[in-house]
Amino acid sequence: QEAAKYEKKVMVLDFVMPTPLGNSWGLGGTCVNVGCIPKKLMHQAALLGQALQDSHKYGWQFTEEVKHNWMTMTESVQNYIGSLNWGYRVSLREKNVTYENAYGEFVGPHTVKATNKRGVEKLYTAERFLIATGERPRYLGIPGDNKYCISSDDLFSLPYCPGKTLVVGASYVALECAGFLAGLGLDVTVMVRSILLRGFDQDIANKIGEYMEEHGINFIREFVPIKVEQIEEGTPGRLKVTAKSTTGNQIIEGEYNTVLLAIGRDACTRKIGLDKVGVKINEKTGKIPVNDEEQTNVPYIYAVGDILQDKLELTPVAIQAGRLLVQRLYGGATTKCDYVNVPTTVFTPLEYGACGYSEETAVEKFGEENIEVYHSHFWPLEWTVPSRDNNKCYAKIICNIQDKERVIGFHVLGPSAGEITQGFAAAMKCGLTKEQLDSTIGIHPVCAEV
Amino acid sequence: GRNEYDLLVIGGGSGGLACAKEAAQFGRKVAVLDYVEPSPQGTKWGLGGTCVNVGCIPKKLMHQAALLGSALKDAQHYGWNIAQPLHHTWSVMAQAVQNYVKSLNWGHRVQLQDKKVKYFNMKGSFSDPHTIRGLTKAGKETIVTAENIVIATGGRPKYPTHIAGALEYGITSDDLFWLKESPGKTPLVYYPSILHLYGIIIYISLADASPDVSLECAGFLTGIGLDTTVMMRSIPLRGFDQQMASLVTEHMESYGTKFLKRCFPTKVEKLESNRLQVTWKNTDLGTEETDSFDTVMWAVGRAPDTETLNLKTVGVKTNSETGKIIVDASEATSVPHIYAVGDITEGRPELTPTAIAAGKLLARRLFGQSSELMDYDNVPTTVFTPLEYGCVGLSEEAAVQCYGSDNIEVYHAYYKPLEFTVAERDTSQCYMKMVCLREGEQRILGLHFIGPNAGEVIQGFALGIKCGATYPQLMKTIGIHPTCAEEITKLHITKRSGLDATVTGC
Repeated sequence: QEAAKYEKKVMVLDFVMPTPLGNSWGLGGTCVNVGCIPKKLMHQAALLGQALQDSHKYGWQFTEEVKHNWMTMTESVQNYIGSLNWGYRVSLREKNVTYENAYGEFVGPHTVKATNKRGVEKLYTAERFLIATGERPRYLGIPGDNKYCISSDDLFSLPYCPGKTLVVGASYVALECAGFLAGLGLDVTVMVRSILLRGFDQDIANKIGEYMEEHGINFIREFVPIKVEQIEEGTPGRLKVTAKSTTGNQIIEGEYNTVLLAIGRDACTRKIGLDKVGVKINEKTGKIPVNDEEQTNVPYIYAVGDILQDKLELTPVAIQAGRLLVQRLYGGATTKCDYVNVPTTVFTPLEYGACGYSEETAVEKFGEENIEVYHSHFWPLEWTVPSRDNNKCYAKIICNIQDKERVIGFHVLGPSAGEITQGFAAAMKCGLTKEQLDSTIGIHPVCAEV
Repeated sequence: GRNEYDLLVIGGGSGGLACAKEAAQFGRKVAVLDYVEPSPQGTKWGLGGTCVNVGCIPKKLMHQAALLGSALKDAQHYGWNIAQPLHHTWSVMAQAVQNYVKSLNWGHRVQLQDKKVKYFNMKGSFSDPHTIRGLTKAGKETIVTAENIVIATGGRPKYPTHIAGALEYGITSDDLFWLKESPGKTPLVYYPSILHLYGIIIYISLADASPDVSLECAGFLTGIGLDTTVMMRSIPLRGFDQQMASLVTEHMESYGTKFLKRCFPTKVEKLESNRLQVTWKNTDLGTEETDSFDTVMWAVGRAPDTETLNLKTVGVKTNSETGKIIVDASEATSVPHIYAVGDITEGRPELTPTAIAAGKLLARRLFGQSSELMDYDNVPTTVFTPLEYGCVGLSEEAAVQCYGSDNIEVYHAYYKPLEFTVAERDTSQCYMKMVCLREGEQRILGLHFIGPNAGEVIQGFALGIKCGATYPQLMKTIGIHPTCAEEITKLHITKRSGLDATVTGC
């Protein structure tokens, strides 16, 4: 869309390979269809469940037992997504960007073959190409996984309530999904191979896990599934999962209605003909290395988004990188995407917002004696009346003593973590120091003032 | 003779307690006097001041109760099957809130004890610059002397005493939060046509800029299902950005609060039914109108209770119009060794966090060898109306006045919180704007945000502004997705361009 502003002739090819269970979706990519958007809406549904419980203490009266209807929620969510898909198509049209719902792959220099759903092939040539094919969920490669397990690609449009669910994985996708499924009243178990939220601050990751456990989510630690079998067909059916310990020979079995795999995502780079044009990829991960201007090793081919090596897999990063790239190519700008201090939020039942270094990486990079960690537990005012979870919320900042106590890491665990973190990220971009933080007046009473 | 205490604080509210506790950290002998003169209706409360007892805390909790009402409506769209209609019971909420406030009163007493600060539940007045006379409720007198004295007695709601019946029949925010029974008949929420049950009327006429507890009250009263009317002589939220203020009241109107604009009451009488009849003049139509209500609440400003302090005896200068104590940048009054912090000081924002910060810094300067002065610039604040409004820095009008409209750029956007989409909620007033200098590095002068969790959104950006944030720096900040706050980092449409400022797309 940015390129079209510069009156360039632009084409977008978008195609969704159906999931093993046959699921597909419209224009917009992961975020819109099977990522951020449906995830946040379902997380909101779960938060509303909690709000219902709180509201009794605030004087609201209605029958104590309230049930959740999966289909009502999913329909609302899918309708909204449909409106976004539509919105994108209209937007592309208005901006004179040609859109083809076809699978694109390189066949030679400057040439791409587009194959649509019906198998019709067309060839297109362009001066420049941008690869932004993103990723898809990884499967375990064990008996029964393709046939019986679902992934996040299927969950948000599942035409039946998933029931008793086993979530395999400890990524933020796994924990966010486990979190909202439990919040909607389902029996949820999370099977974790080793640690939670790898790459995130581990102190906070453990607090998140603890909170989820206290709120009824079962954790099976240090096990991996080795087999999934079907006991009974149905919507949902019944599945038997066999798992092996990672530390010994112990084998366990469990029965679930649904098994949700969330063990990672793989880049969609292996089958788009990159070898035909010489674009190098990391053979192990499938990701594409680029320079700081998002250029691959082939000068006229660029890449943005989840497929980039060593970059964050986040929608706003992809958007920013894409826009700036085009402004450089066609607008004479020189600004490069700033990948430092990119804030993020994990929408687990207790939300976690972060920007900058985790405590571990700060210690590693600067040395323990050179950093100062300020921290505090807090109790959101709104949780006092319903007497909920005193002392679970937590905030910490990590400062670099050698650089005027500059804030190099910000972490907050509590409600509205995303809203809170955003502004702090902006402040960190401005070089926030502890002194400046201390001299800023808090807004009262909110969580962020802590 | 020697003074008994190093520091005596008159007033156990946000500013006073913060100052006292900080001073005690330096090993000083500190005492606090706190006393609550009952309201005309007889309401009183414990240690902690306005914020804890009749301000921020109960206000936010009742606001939360109202928000939960909306959440209950939303929940159905998200698949929760709740039987209609929904009922709210005032006494359940009030008791829960009051219990929490009482726990805070208790907590403060324990803290003072832990920090070895002496607490007197007495009303203080000056005998001489180092001597305070304290009177208990029973009339027992105690004399206390101190090297330094800090006045932090805050303010109380004013009554429009020129209106007949105002004092006898009306309540203020001092009373609202402590009512045991509902202030109005509760019509059943979600009925298609709400009967005109009598409900509550709030008259707002604020002379100076202050966070609008009254609009906030009107908001949550409406939210819990009470028939609420706001009567205003002129403009609401005086001192705030006027575009934002009108979006806030527009939302309240569509939310169900009734507004009687450009009207002012002339008398209040009690009817046989025990309801109150209010007579008012409509300045637009030039007519006189009446109606009856269960409760009349006044919100015509707050004033300090300096008469009883006996300030004249010691020569502490006050502003003759407002009655507030005049202080310099170090919180010092016209009398050496006498200081003042909080709502009682002239020209300062009437906010808890500023009082606390000022109190702490004062203690550090007096006893901790610090020289840091309080910075009152760029103090962020939030109005907790049904659709919250958070802001920091200059309003658009103030920026134009200060720099000229040619030298400022206003970036703005109408956005839709994701959570409102599925809930099918009206987002017409969800709006944000950033006022920047047009030239040079484009420093941000003011940021304004209307939407859910406005306080949480604004806090971090206030920090950025403290660091001198510029527009380019904000644009370089990557957004967190999906949140409302991220839209701030994407502001790019200027008012000057005249383009449609509605955010589209994911």
